[in-house]
Amino acid sequence: MKQLDLRRFPGFFAITLACVFVLYAPLMVVAVYSFNESTSITRWGGFSLSWYADVFTGPESPKFQRAALNSLIIAVLAGSGATLIATSAAVAMHRAGRFKAKTASFALINLPLMVPEVVTAVASLIFFTAIGFSGGIGTILLAHLAFCIPFAYLPIAARMQSISDSYEQAAMDLYATPKEAFRLILLPLMMPGIFSGFLLAFIISLDDFLITNFVKGAGVETLPTAIFGAVKQGIKPNIMAISTLMLGVSVVFVTLSWLIGRSGQKTQ
Amino acid sequence: MTGTVISIDRVVKSFGTFTALHEVSFDIADNEFFTLLGPSGCGKTTLLRCIAGFEPVSGGQIRLNGKDIAPLPPYKRPVNTVFQHYALFPHMTVLENVMFGLQRLGWSAMDAQGRARQALELVHLSEFLKRRPAQLSGGQQQRVALARALAPEPRVLLLDEPLSALDLKLRQAVRMELKQIQRETGIAFVFVTHDQEEALTMSDRIAVMSNGHVQQIGTPREIYETPANRFVADFIGETNLIEVPVLGISGGLAEVSLPGGRRVHCPTRLVDGKQGVLSVRPERIDLCPAAEADMIVTAGEQVYLGTDIQLKAHLAGGQEVTVRLQNAAATVLPERGTELGLKLETGAARLLAA
Repeated sequence: MKQLDLRRFPGFFAITLACVFVLYAPLMVVAVYSFNESTSITRWGGFSLSWYADVFTGPESPKFQRAALNSLIIAVLAGSGATLIATSAAVAMHRAGRFKAKTASFALINLPLMVPEVVTAVASLIFFTAIGFSGGIGTILLAHLAFCIPFAYLPIAARMQSISDSYEQAAMDLYATPKEAFRLILLPLMMPGIFSGFLLAFIISLDDFLITNFVKGAGVETLPTAIFGAVKQGIKPNIMAISTLMLGVSVVFVTLSWLIGRSGQKTQ
Repeated sequence: MTGTVISIDRVVKSFGTFTALHEVSFDIADNEFFTLLGPSGCGKTTLLRCIAGFEPVSGGQIRLNGKDIAPLPPYKRPVNTVFQHYALFPHMTVLENVMFGLQRLGWSAMDAQGRARQALELVHLSEFLKRRPAQLSGGQQQRVALARALAPEPRVLLLDEPLSALDLKLRQAVRMELKQIQRETGIAFVFVTHDQEEALTMSDRIAVMSNGHVQQIGTPREIYETPANRFVADFIGETNLIEVPVLGISGGLAEVSLPGGRRVHCPTRLVDGKQGVLSVRPERIDLCPAAEADMIVTAGEQVYLGTDIQLKAHLAGGQEVTVRLQNAAATVLPERGTELGLKLETGAARLLAA
C-alpha cells in the first residue's frame, strides 16, 4: 500500500504557516516590543533593556516582586504536593493489580484535564466559601494542588508503564523487603518521570490565572493576577517584559520536563 | 552423602477456576541439576514462581531442608532466581547489582564487594565491574544475573528459561558453562525450559510436565529411552507412535502384533490391556530385506539433515513411519515408492498406554 504522506496534501504548507502564525505571532509581538525604547506599545523606538530594568527596580517592582514570590512559593509547594500524590497514584494504578473501580480511578485522576477551568474555578470558590475558608495563599495553594495532580500524573504514569515489575521481584528475591525494593529500585527508576511530572505541575501552577483569580481573595496576588491587575490600568511595556520573562521560564521548564522524560525512556 | 534439599509436596496452584498445578510432588537433592521441562502453559514457570515466593500456593507444602517455606515472602527464602530477561537493575553498575543481595542480608560494603568480585570471577566478568547493564551484551548480562543470584550462596538456584534470549551458538556454550558452575558451587539448580535438548544435555534429572501434572521424573536417559507415557515419548525427541493390539503381558514384557501381523516382544510398564501404542525412536529402526522385516513400508520423502538422513515411509494402512539413517558413505537410499523392510532394534520399541 502506498504510504499516506500528509506533506503532499495540497495547501499543507500554507495551513501549517497560518497555524504557526496565529499561535505564535502575538507572543512574538510581546517579546519584540518588550525590548522597545519608547513608552508606546505599538511604535518602535529603538532597542533597549530599560523595561527589564524597570521590572526589577521601577516604582511597580515591589508589587511584582511580592507577587512573583507568592507564585514561586505556591508553585513549589503545589508542585511538590501534586507530585507526591501523583506518584502514589501511579504506583497504585500499576502495581496494585486489578482492583474494583480501577478505570473509574483513572478517569477521576484525569478528569480535571477535561473539566472547563472556569467550572473548577467557580466550584473551588463555592467550596472554600462553604467551609468558611477566606481567600489567601492557603486557598490558592489548595486549589493549585488539586488541579496540578493530573499534570504531574501523566509523565509519572508513562514512566511507570515502562518499568517491568520483574525489577522489584528481583529485588525481593535478593532479600529486599517491599519497602527496600521500593526505595532502592522502583523509586530511582521512576525518578525521571517524577522529576518531569514535578516540572510540569510547577509550571502549570506558576502560570495559572483563572482559578487563582477566583479563590485568591483581596490583597493577595500571584504574578499572573498582578499582571492582569496592571493591564486593567493600561498596558505599559514593563508588562511585556514580565510576560516575556514568564514565557522564557515556561519554555525552559517544559523543555526540561520533556528532555528528562525522554532521557529516562532511553535508558530502558 | 546427598540429602534432599527441597521437597515439593502436593503443591496446588489455582488462578480462579483454572488449576495450574495439580498436587505436584517431588524431591530435589543437594547438588542436583534438576530441570522442569514442558510446553508453554504446562505449569513449570508457575511452579518456579511458587518456589521463589512470587506466587502464593493454593495448597501443599514446599519444604526447604524440612521446613515449610510456602508461607514465607520471597525475601525470607534462601532461594535466588535468574530471571528470563535477567531483570538487572539498570541504574546500578554490574558490581552494585551483584552486591545488592549481600547488602540486604546485612553484609558490610567491603565484605559484599569481595564476595561479589568472586562471583563475577566465577562467570568470567571481572573486567566489567563498573559498567551499567545496558552497556553489556546479552550473554554478559546473563552472566551478571547468574553471579547476582549465586553471590548470596542460596540453597537452591532457580533459573527461568535463562538461555532463551541468547542466540544459538552462545546458548550451546553457556549450557556447558552452567553445568560446570553448578558442579563447582554444589548448589541445587532448578532449571525451567521448554527446550528438550537443553534439558537432556544439562540435567541430572528432568521432570516432564504437562497441564499442571508431572508426567515423569527421571534421568535424561530414562526419560528418553523409557518414557512413562505417550506424552513424554512424543514430547522428548522424535518418535513413531504405532497403535497395536496387545496379545499378552507378563513380567514387564508385552507381546504385540505389529501392522502386517508379525509378533514381537517389547518392554512395558503396563500390566494388562488389549490395545496399546508402540513408541519407536526413528534412529532405532534399520532397513533390511523384506524376508527378515518386522514391518513392510513404502518409501516416501527424504530430508537431508547433515549427519543424518530422515526417511519418511508409509505402512499399508497409510500411517507414517519416520526412520533416521546415518549419513555414512555406504548408506544407499531407497527410491520413492519402493517397498522396504524395517527392522526394529532389540528393545527399541516400548509399549505405552493407548
